[in-house]
This record gives sequence, C-alpha cells and structure tokens, in this order.
Amino acid sequence: MGELIDALAVALKAGLGFQAIFLALLAIGINVQFGYTGLLNFGQIAFAMLGGYGIAISVSKWGLPFWVGVAVGILAAVVLALLLGLPTLRLRADYLAIATIAAAEGLRLLFRSVSATPVTNGTRGLSGFNADFVALAPWDTARRYPILGTQWSGAELWVTTVGWLLVALSCLLIWLLVRSPWGRVVKSIREDEDAVRALGKNVYVYKMQALVLGGVLGALGGMVYALGTASANPDQYQNANTFLAYAALILGGAARVLGPVVGSMLMFFIIQFADTGLRTLIDNGVIPEDLLSATDVAQIRFVLIGLGLMLLLVFRPQGIFGDRREVMLDAR
Amino acid sequence: MLLRLLLLTVLGGLALMLAPGAASAQTEEPAASEQVSGTLRTNLSGPVEGVEVVVTAADGAEVDTVETDEDGRWAVPVPGPGQYTVTIDADDLPEGVVLTGENSRTVTVDAGRNQGVIIALSDGSREAGGGTVRWVQLLVEGLRFGLLIAMAAVGLSLIFGTTGLTNFAHGELVTIGAIAAWFINVQGGVPLIPAALIAMVIGAGVGALNELVIWRPLRRRGTGLVAALVISIGLSLLLRYLYQIIFGGGSEAYAAYRGQRAVDYGAFTMTNADLASIVIALVVLLLVAVMLQRTKIGKAMRAVADNRDLAASSGINVNRVILVVWMMGGALAALGGVLLGLSDEVQWDMGFRLLLLMFAGVTLGGLGTAYGALVGSIVVGVFVQMSTLVIPNDVKYVGGLLLLIVILIVRPQGILGSRVRVG
Repeated sequence: MGELIDALAVALKAGLGFQAIFLALLAIGINVQFGYTGLLNFGQIAFAMLGGYGIAISVSKWGLPFWVGVAVGILAAVVLALLLGLPTLRLRADYLAIATIAAAEGLRLLFRSVSATPVTNGTRGLSGFNADFVALAPWDTARRYPILGTQWSGAELWVTTVGWLLVALSCLLIWLLVRSPWGRVVKSIREDEDAVRALGKNVYVYKMQALVLGGVLGALGGMVYALGTASANPDQYQNANTFLAYAALILGGAARVLGPVVGSMLMFFIIQFADTGLRTLIDNGVIPEDLLSATDVAQIRFVLIGLGLMLLLVFRPQGIFGDRREVMLDAR
Repeated sequence: MLLRLLLLTVLGGLALMLAPGAASAQTEEPAASEQVSGTLRTNLSGPVEGVEVVVTAADGAEVDTVETDEDGRWAVPVPGPGQYTVTIDADDLPEGVVLTGENSRTVTVDAGRNQGVIIALSDGSREAGGGTVRWVQLLVEGLRFGLLIAMAAVGLSLIFGTTGLTNFAHGELVTIGAIAAWFINVQGGVPLIPAALIAMVIGAGVGALNELVIWRPLRRRGTGLVAALVISIGLSLLLRYLYQIIFGGGSEAYAAYRGQRAVDYGAFTMTNADLASIVIALVVLLLVAVMLQRTKIGKAMRAVADNRDLAASSGINVNRVILVVWMMGGALAALGGVLLGLSDEVQWDMGFRLLLLMFAGVTLGGLGTAYGALVGSIVVGVFVQMSTLVIPNDVKYVGGLLLLIVILIVRPQGILGSRVRVG
C-alpha cells in the first residue's frame, strides 16, 4: 500500500514537473497547427531543440546574456518554420508531414555530428547555462522543499513555476486568438480550404502564421526542458517526443484550449505511474525477470504510447474534451 | 538564394552509418567474470592478426599483454571492476591499415561485464589509393544503397497509390525482415539464404496482417487519411520499441558474414556480400517490373493505383489487389532489411532511419507510382553516397533530404508522377 502511494506521489510530481510543461507547450503548438489549422507538423521536436539550444549555445558558447539566448531560440524557430512552410504549405497535407519529420531527424543528427561539435559539443551536449535563470528565483534555490510527499529542489520549483506561467499565458493567447477573426479563418481552412480561398482569404499566409506560432510555442517548450535538465543534448530531442505530444493532444482533445494541457499532465502521470508500478512489480517478483526486465520498462512507455495513439484515433478521436465534428482529420 | 542555402543547413544530418571502408571492433561472447575484449579488423584487410594489445589498470600497473588471433580478436581477463586502459602497438599494424584516432582507450568495466573496446582503424579505402577511384567507388556503393531503398520503397509507393495511406510504419517492415532473419540465422543456426527466404515470408505475413487487421477495417469505417497517417505512426512507435525490447539496443551481424574482405575490381572494391546483394536486388526488382507489366495481378495493381473507382467498376477486386500489394510490399521490405543488415548490421531502428530516405525516393519518383519509386530511390541512394565527396560522412543524409525539399519546390509531383495527385 505504501508503495502504491509512493508511486502515486512520484507520478503526481511527474504530472506537474517540467517534463509535463515541456510536453504541454509542444502540444499547445501542435494544437494551433494541427487542431485548429489542420497542418501536420511531425517535426515539432526540432523547434524545441532549436529553443533549448538557442539558450544553451548563446550562453555557454558565445557568452551572451540569458535573454539574448531566449531571443535567439525563438528567432531560430521562426526561421525553421518559414523554411519548412515555404515549399510545402501549398501542397497536400502529407508533404508537410514528410518534410517536417525529415527536418527534425536531420537537425538532430546534424547537431550531434562531428562537424557541428565546435558549436553544439556533439553527443556530449552543453550544460551550465541556466545560472542566470536560476538566479532570478525569488527564493533560496539551494534548499529542497517537500511538496505533496515528494522533494523539489528550489531550482526545479522555479523552472516549474515559470513554466506553468508560460503555459497559462499561451493558453490565454490561444483562447483570445481562436475567438478572433483570425481563429475563425484558420478553423475554416481546416474545414474547407477551397471555400476560404473563394472568399478571398490568403490561405497560404494564414497557414504560415499558424506554423510559425506553433513552432515558437514548441521552442518555448524546449527552453523549459533545457532549463529543467540544466543541459542540452541532441538525443534528448528524439522524434518520438513529437508523437508523445500528439498523443497528449489527442488524449486531451484537439481544437480545445485546455485539451493539450490536461492531456500532457495526464500523459506524464500515466507514464510515470506505469513506469514506477512496473518497476515495483518486477522488483517484487510479481512479473518474472525473464518476461520483462527493469531495463525494458523505459521502452514499454513508447509501446504504450503507440498503442494508445492508435486506439484513441480509432475509437475516440476527439479525446476527453474534443468535439467529434471538429476533429474530422482528413487530408486535402 | 540565401533561403536555399539556409535550407541546406537546416536539413542537414541523418547520418546512417553506411560506410564500408571505415573499420570497427566490437565485443564477442560474454564472460563469467570481468574482462576487456575487442576485435581488430577492417573491410579491406579483413581481421588484423598479431597486434600487441597492452591492458593497464588505473594505477598504471600492467594487467596483461596479448596478441590478436587469426580472427583479429583479443580478450584480457581483468582482476575486478574499475578503469582500464587498452593500448595497441601501432607498429604491428599491417601495411595500409592506420589508426584513425588514438592508439589507446580508457574504459570502465562494471562488475561481471565483458567490456568491449573499440579502437578505430582505417584501411584507406575511402581515399583514392591502390587503383580505386573515389567517385567510382562511391557511385557503386550508392547504386547498391539505392537498390536497397528501392526494394523497400516500391511497396510504400504502391500502398500509397492503391489506398492513399502514407505508411509511416513501412520502415518497421524492413526491420522485421532483418530481425527475423537474424534470429533464424544466428539463434536457429540456419544459413542466411534460407533464413532470408523465411524472413520474406514473415514480411509478407506481417504485411497481410497489417491490411487485414488494421487498414481494411479502418477503410470500412471511413477513417480519414490524416487519421490513418497518425495511426500508422502509432503503429510504427509500437513496433519499433517492441523490437528494441525483443532484440535489444545493440547492433548484430549475421553469422558467417562478419569481417568479409573486399575484392579489388580495379576502379572500386567491394565485398562479395555487397556484390551479391546488388545482383539479388537487381533480379528481384526486374521480376517486380515484369510482374507489374505482364501479369494480370500486376496490371490490376497499376490500374487500382491509377484510378481506384474506375478499376473497381471494370471488375477488379480492389480489396484483393490491395492485400497482394501489402504482401508484396512486406516481402520486398523484409528482403531489403536482410540485405541492409548484411552490409550494415541489424539494428532495432534501421528501418525507421531508412524510412526518410524511402520517402525522399518515393517523392522524387512521384508518390504512388511503382517505377517512380524505383528511379527515385536509386537517384537518392547514389546522391547520398556521392555527396560525401564534398560533405563529411556523418552528415551525408543532408544530400537526400535537401533533394527532397528541392523536389517539393520544383516538381512536387516527382519525375514520373502526375500533377493531379499533388492537390
């Protein structure tokens, strides 16, 4: 029983921690692109990587102030969105999907390649860039604080606070945007692009704006992640994270302001609970070691995400909060 | 112009380690107590015999000195867990083989582990020495790689053509072929050729299962194409990490095909296994082309890919054709996986890494056309290999992905595609 409560507490911390914020910001970005506009961005993790590395490289390699690093990260995300959008947004949905996933994998491998090592430190990654950020905290960051049965370091608490503030602001922005004329246009693009074009709207420009906005939100997520782990390593930004965010978005409900946030918290809660639970069961010998070893648990989460993503889309594409009529999910 | 240049930078990367010529050394059988071990070999020279290997403990005390055996292997039992430094004598290396980095490495040995030590050697085959011409060498390697991509991509393209599905789980069909053949070959002790045939049958079976269990019911439900695309991604994640749990995160070679010596053909060198895989791929692709052109089912496939409703109304059983396409695609992808595993070792995510190049090839040739996928994939394979003439080897995917983006800008319907499909 005690173990169950421990597992619940650890899972709750995961559901509120910076990983959940990271995922929530990625998913909010995808929500703008996929949920409202109907764009398939499968390279969201590349935007996060540019955000994280924007700070990491600017601060620890170029010695620039923290805020310049934030600006660099956002700028890099905007540039990437423009580059990916220019050739593909005029074409059918799956072309953007292929181009973005290719770019994400390409960028990650470029960042970890030998030729990029002078700037990115290759596979060893960068660290020691979050001192300026941690110093902004209004409380003592060296202490540890017990909250809800788990220990939080002061720095962790600070990242989490700022992160959730960012999530709240993003949600507010999205809420205002989708109620505005802009929101109505992008939603109509999702429903019927040709009709919008016939009404004289420049569909291409609206799509591009959605892509850039979503990408910048993804970059903010990457920044929170880099500050939370206090390091930036190319292999933290695996492609699977994009699909984790998609799963979280669809779980919570696409085209809903709070859908991605609730989805991400729930997602991390479930993942962490399953993780801790499985490990405990293996330690106690309930699951025999030959069937599943403790090292396999990390992979199980992706198996579950894959399975969950499939089942959700087949049986409940609108997730928890969504409206079935709004998530028609069809290619144009 | 600046934008194009930036594209080049942004889309860089994707380094598949597909470089024959670079050399490797890895661990073999596990041991009961702690030891360090490795293998010295390069593609051109084969195993390197008689090199002195000195192992010293962290305090500088020498543990043992051994020489590599005729397979290039060496192993030194160490007194316990801890840090050890392994040094090889560079003067013992045969002519033409040089160190690419340091001649020593420091490794940490955990309790009960056989710690592999990799000391990188180069046989100079990437340099234009000894009669090989570098661009000819790369062209031949590129052709081989392109043929492998083509084999996997034909199925991807036909599935897209007949059902409209962009199948992100197609790479997993490649991996299952390689992994199935590995288990049958290494664990089951079956020679590789029958193992590959069994793997193809398994690939066809998995393809059929895909269609019967997932995609046909979903089509009947009227699931949209984008939803289907995301479902295929879920399937890809599910299978990929399942493979990692079953197969492990390492890379493994097929039995009896470790450390093959490259044969000199004048302008280029190539191992017999690579030559065989080129011949096999050519023959198989030719058979596929003949089948598509001459047989009834082949014509039906092209008809369904071209216009599904028209095909159905002229009496073609569309669902049966799609099932055959899936089985054929699965078998071809599995064979491609076996051949790729032969040249680059079997890994749990090899198919996923190939997937992006398949997409590049298919898009270049024209989505949905069988011959387009063939032509496009070969162009991509050659392009990726030849690009190492100007860019470093570990970012050679840049070429393939840059090509993909340029095609999307210039001619989105591909070389052999028709404009209607672009939408």
